[in-house]
Amino acid sequence: MKARIVVTLKNGVLDPQGKAIEGALKSLGVEGVASVRQGKVFDVEMAGADPASARAQLTAACEKLLANTVIENYQIDL
Amino acid sequence: MKAAVIVFPGSNREGDMARALERATGQKPAMLWHADHELPAGTDLVVLPGGFSYGDYLRCGAIAGRAAIMDAVRAHAARGGLVLGVCNGFQILCESGLLPGVLMRNANLRFVCKMQHLTVERNDTAFTRQYAKGQVIEVCIAHGEGNYEADDATIERLEGDGLVAFRYCDAKGIVGGPANPNGSRNDIAGVFSEKRNVLGLMPHPENLIDPLVGGVDGRALFTSLASAA
Repeated sequence: MKARIVVTLKNGVLDPQGKAIEGALKSLGVEGVASVRQGKVFDVEMAGADPASARAQLTAACEKLLANTVIENYQIDL
Repeated sequence: MKAAVIVFPGSNREGDMARALERATGQKPAMLWHADHELPAGTDLVVLPGGFSYGDYLRCGAIAGRAAIMDAVRAHAARGGLVLGVCNGFQILCESGLLPGVLMRNANLRFVCKMQHLTVERNDTAFTRQYAKGQVIEVCIAHGEGNYEADDATIERLEGDGLVAFRYCDAKGIVGGPANPNGSRNDIAGVFSEKRNVLGLMPHPENLIDPLVGGVDGRALFTSLASAA
């Protein structure tokens, strides 16, 4: 079973990398970009077939390691 | 004073740290590997040195914060034992839950490597008793992710409880503005835990213990620790 976890910075947390990318897009002439926030994507292959237990394990993975919940949110797509 | 330095894959300041500890305490610290499970009996002080543990993969200090040895470090801190984390060690302390907050990418996106002045916020702790309160010291910084952030409630608590250990300042002791090298909230360079037995800081006091390298303002931190236990 494939899962994708997206970790993003919480609203209000300064994202210097996102700001730099936003500036670069503007200087490349890409129009209509109001703001950019940078996040991380984890593609995880789960060995089992039970979505409920996979979700529970992936939630634990996010809480324990993949996201720093002081500054980051996470979303799990199975 | 029995000290132990934890070495992670990617640590690179453990030699400087060991030298500073040996000079101050007269005793070589134990060097422990991240995969160890126990501290040597009678350890007074655990030190997490600077570097790039696990290549800074995922987030700075994130993987090291969950290393096997960290359970022993958490237990040591919980029973009042002293813990010092410098630079990547500070990042590890935040990621492991031993200190609040997080170190983010420097606000100006640049790696900064330079001499830096700090104010000593209080001198009634095991780490700072041989400094004067409010003293301006000069040490060095070398980091790309030293921008201390925490939510408003945490910052308020740190300030209210006097848990800010050091702040970035200029040579005259004026805090903030251009003297802040990385955008840290409230110019915070280091913080204590609630019981003040854990200290994390971004600057490198272990590199300013010998006049040969331009200053000795880091020495008092180690001699304070040596006299603490």
